[in-house]
Amino acid sequence: MKIKQFVSLEWKQFFRSANFGKSIAIKIFMGFMALYMISAFLFTGIFLFKALKKFFPELDPIVVVNNYLIYWILIELVIRYFMQKLPVLNIKPLLTLAISRHKITNYVLTKSALSFFNVMSLFWIIPFCITLLVNEYPVVNVLSWFISLSCIVLIINFLNFLINKKNVYFYSILAVLMLAIGLEYYSIFEVSAVFGKVFNVLYNTPILAIVPIVLLALVYYLNYKNLRGLLFLDASLKQKTEEAKTQDLTWTNRFGDIAPFLQLDLKLIWRNKRPRMTVFLSILFLFYGLYFYTNDKMIEMPVVLVFAGIFITGMFLSNFGQFIPSWDSSYYSMMMSQNIPLRKYLDSKAGLITFSVVVLFLLSMPYAYFGWEVLALNLACALYNIGVNMPMVLLISSMNKKRIDLEKSPMMNTQGMSAAQWIIIFPFLGLPVVIYLIPYLLSNAIIATIVLGSVGVIGILFRNIILNKITEIYRSKKYAMVAGFKEQN
Amino acid sequence: MIITSNLSKKYGNKTVLNIDNLEIPKGQSFGLVGNNGAGKTTYFSLLLDLIQPSTGHIKNNEVLVHESEDWKPFTSSFIDESFLIGYLTPEEYFYFIGDLRGQNKADVNTLLSQFEDFFHGEILGQKKYLRDLSKGNQKKAGIVAALIGNPEVIILDEPFANLDPTTQIRLKGIIKDLAEKQGVTVLVSSHDLMHVTDVCERIVVLEKGEIVKDLETNAATLKELEAHFSGSELV
Repeated sequence: MKIKQFVSLEWKQFFRSANFGKSIAIKIFMGFMALYMISAFLFTGIFLFKALKKFFPELDPIVVVNNYLIYWILIELVIRYFMQKLPVLNIKPLLTLAISRHKITNYVLTKSALSFFNVMSLFWIIPFCITLLVNEYPVVNVLSWFISLSCIVLIINFLNFLINKKNVYFYSILAVLMLAIGLEYYSIFEVSAVFGKVFNVLYNTPILAIVPIVLLALVYYLNYKNLRGLLFLDASLKQKTEEAKTQDLTWTNRFGDIAPFLQLDLKLIWRNKRPRMTVFLSILFLFYGLYFYTNDKMIEMPVVLVFAGIFITGMFLSNFGQFIPSWDSSYYSMMMSQNIPLRKYLDSKAGLITFSVVVLFLLSMPYAYFGWEVLALNLACALYNIGVNMPMVLLISSMNKKRIDLEKSPMMNTQGMSAAQWIIIFPFLGLPVVIYLIPYLLSNAIIATIVLGSVGVIGILFRNIILNKITEIYRSKKYAMVAGFKEQN
Repeated sequence: MIITSNLSKKYGNKTVLNIDNLEIPKGQSFGLVGNNGAGKTTYFSLLLDLIQPSTGHIKNNEVLVHESEDWKPFTSSFIDESFLIGYLTPEEYFYFIGDLRGQNKADVNTLLSQFEDFFHGEILGQKKYLRDLSKGNQKKAGIVAALIGNPEVIILDEPFANLDPTTQIRLKGIIKDLAEKQGVTVLVSSHDLMHVTDVCERIVVLEKGEIVKDLETNAATLKELEAHFSGSELV
């Protein structure tokens, strides 16, 4: 088997994958994201030299960069841990063919060197090196430094695979990073100074570029050994199974009819990566408020505060709600043929979301520190989320007919995305702002808060009727959903 | 019990199922055989209202399947793995189905205790989620889940596939027992002619969506089916 054939396999895998047929909107969005990142990195690379000259006039820019390289390395490791996927070629079908394991291993590893992340780093390293040369730094040093840095990028790449998904290493790196930043911030111990020296020596002594090269060879070899040993059906290709733990959820029985579904949803969230992420995100976004409330300018702007309130109390609503009923896509035909009234199914989702809004509001109560107006507005936003946004999200979600594989990593996962997710954001955030802004401009903030909350309460009062309507819509879309969820992507 | 009239399903111009009339009386064990693409799963999906009929209808115990949901309480089914909830343990799954069908934990446990043989110690108490079980064990769990709550109609698509020989034999016993002693209408599809003739009182052969044979099972049925499928049938 020649490299050419491997490449042709990769090529077909890419262009023939169902992903490639993803909706055009997502492709454009991802394209823009990539473009944005590239330009941001290029911009950094081009202007880094000038900026450093300006902010650290007494220091040589290359010295400053060298000082902080260690942070770049640690942060890269952290980010990659989350985002970078393992370079697993579809190895299984190749194992029984006449291709040596040696070749497969080398190919997989080489392929990973071309990852998006490695290329991204070059987007700032190369322009920076060019500005160095333009500013008449010695060519030999710059070149050897460039080689060292490129090696370091690849070392990070391979190190990440060695660390791969072992939480212990990850948390150690995170801890080291935090500790270093802490020590640096309080000027107890300057980590940057120590590592800065190392990298400066590397820059000043071009011959030492051999060190990163040797290190790279070493991590490559370790990866090779590791991967080579895994190229058996029973080793890594067969997924590890986790031990099932059963939780006692009988407390949900007090919710009556919807209890079984509620239990199911709680297990869904707790036992699957992607839905679990929605919970973590919701809690993370609680702190988003700090960004708004500690900013003197922003706390004066009512629109921003409504934004914050809707976000803080509605993060789970939007994150989880937008993928109803796709969360249940892998067993949707069972749900539809079992003895389940659709209304009860939706009631349970609505109940879960309402619960989340209430909890998030309670958790956000310490924001009363920034004034009781903030607390009142958040309460109004919570009511609005329950009364209006929740039914609206359920309604728009009825457009979902894309399958979600629960166990896939949630990072940069666009599975299950469709037009619904793009449409949702405007009424979700825009409408409450408008509802708030009109009475605010006509009278004052207190009245506006009361109006917003009242709209929510009205929604809650009509909940039953609204949910009946939504149930009908879900029923009419049932066949499309069943068919859509069956399509593997 | 189940009356099918003028039922057809078309995708574009292609007719994948076309059944003028088919009546399955209560308590019958009914077998559906046919090659791939003959329309077996399509028929079962129509029976469960998972796809919409192009023409005609199915009445399940006087309930029009594509108009009312009232057939759900007395009908249960296992079509494929998409009927399992992967992140539950088998026990949790059984209790969940039990909840849906008005059976408490004790009821479900009583039912499960009858199937200890069938499970062969590989399903219960394994501390594994359904998604981590082997295909065969997943199927066992799915089939037994379809028996929870005393359904009057049970629909099983390819129940014998992926099962080991011992389990196949046990499953045959279970299905026979359901139809003969408990008066349950059992609908089974299979590629295995021998199993179907063993289990079913009546066998219908589908070919390209049409019924080509409707046989009362007797000693000669297996021979007849084999002849039909090997193409050496004398006209």
